[in-house]
Amino acid sequence: MIEILPAIAFYMFAAVTVAAGVLVISAKNPVHSVLWLILAFFSAAGLFVLLGAEFLAMLLIIVYVGAVAVLFLFVVMMLNINYEELREGAFAYLPLGGLVAAVLVVEMVTLGAAWQFGPDVASNLASVAPAISDVENTKALGRVIYTDYIFIFQGAGMILLVAMIGAIVLTHRTRTGVKRQNVVKQNARRPEDAYALVDVEIGKGVTMPKKKG
Amino acid sequence: MVEAFYNWIIQFFEIEQSAFIYFVSIVAMILVIVLPLLIAVAFAVYFDRKIWAAVQMRRGPNVVGPFGLLQSFADGLKLFLKETIIPSGANKVIFLMAPMITFTLALIAWAVIPFGEGMAIANLNVGILYVLAMSSLGVYGIIMSGWASNSRYAFLGAMRSAAQMVSYEVSIGFVLVCVLMAVGSLNLSDVVLAQEGGILDWYIWPFFPIYVIFFISTLAETNRPPFDLPEAEAELVAGYQVEYSSMAFALFFLGEYANILLMSAVMAILFFGGWYAPIEALDFIPGWIWLLAKTAFGFWMISMVKAFVPRYRYDQLMRLGWKVFLPISLFLVVAYAGLLIAFDKLPS
Repeated sequence: MIEILPAIAFYMFAAVTVAAGVLVISAKNPVHSVLWLILAFFSAAGLFVLLGAEFLAMLLIIVYVGAVAVLFLFVVMMLNINYEELREGAFAYLPLGGLVAAVLVVEMVTLGAAWQFGPDVASNLASVAPAISDVENTKALGRVIYTDYIFIFQGAGMILLVAMIGAIVLTHRTRTGVKRQNVVKQNARRPEDAYALVDVEIGKGVTMPKKKG
Repeated sequence: MVEAFYNWIIQFFEIEQSAFIYFVSIVAMILVIVLPLLIAVAFAVYFDRKIWAAVQMRRGPNVVGPFGLLQSFADGLKLFLKETIIPSGANKVIFLMAPMITFTLALIAWAVIPFGEGMAIANLNVGILYVLAMSSLGVYGIIMSGWASNSRYAFLGAMRSAAQMVSYEVSIGFVLVCVLMAVGSLNLSDVVLAQEGGILDWYIWPFFPIYVIFFISTLAETNRPPFDLPEAEAELVAGYQVEYSSMAFALFFLGEYANILLMSAVMAILFFGGWYAPIEALDFIPGWIWLLAKTAFGFWMISMVKAFVPRYRYDQLMRLGWKVFLPISLFLVVAYAGLLIAFDKLPS
């Protein structure tokens, strides 16, 4: 009878994922939208755990919820959004959005059908993925990425690196007159470099000694 | 732990197996962890204040109960009886949800902490990642409270905190990679089992530089002094907690200390041999007492730092995270990988 617990968990996570997904697009306040999106990510991670893919679940939380969604939230909170203005044009985009949604639905159905009826799918799956009970999925993923397909993986990494450097170069601007701290220099500074004791005769004044530090 | 308790119930009461009983045993195990944890948090606050007082040659709390031991409970009662004030410009739902999220996240991370061999609520294969994930989620409680309060101080505190936590997670991640390479598993129990033996087998010795980075990053991750910029009272009054009162504030406070205890426990597991005794002669003392003692030691160190290190400036904090810890920890990952291969110590 214990088998009912994963089923309950599945329906709970699935329902929350779908409901949160709907609320992402229907929430009026963009900040609420992002928070619903985070809930959707989180429940999707729960579904991954139920599938036995705990490594992917944790990555989903650490990368998407812990880093990407934080940036979303940052941007949305910082923007000064006029909610009225935002809502006005919403229905003008409905036909286009509906078209994209329809294409996606057709593609998803085709994918599902291919999964079921494709001639080679069963054998392809079996050749790549060992049974979950045999290998921890952390190890299985590690073997696929870092041993079997290391050059492809490194290539993808290099492309991302080049893209990142490109983005930095394109948006970089050198500003003049910026005063930067040099921590090493600051730490190396001694009292003798910073001040000097001078005997001043009354009514004579003094020329400041040259700064050394 | 859940399985064992479930089987025990089934046998002891001679009842049939059912999902309900399993559910009940999960809840029971959670209570077994959470209730002592909350009491521990109350005493951790007392402990913290006493250490702080001792360093400054004061007495600290010494009025309520013997040696002031009941001070935290008195404070809790006081907070409980206060009025909950919600600012009129605040986003009510998110404002009230933020402390709950902080508190809940601080508690659920304890699910994977092994108190002895096989003594964890969930013996996850990816236990370390789970702890990392939960501590990275902690930032939401702070961002949400900062935004929902509709106050400049709170918002600035939340922004600082988010940037700080995201930055230091990177170096914590690399630190964990170093330890995991030597263990060969992401399971926290396996990490402890890899350190079996006396004090000389603990990872604190071979991984000392990593331990230093982890310790300092922990301070930043839990918003402890010297990195408590999100609540820097000199410039931000109390940061993201400005608008909170009563139980909402108490939840933030408890969550913060539960998080600090969690990081101390993780430190004990990663570097101080978890539930193992330092020398063989002391093996008769149960493992969970050793883990508690080591956690208390970690907490003591974190507390001492609060007592004698002045607060960092914000740009210094960011510089330390990105320009010092990130390159060093990246280098250490490469260096330890090389050493493990050179000395043929890689786990199979």
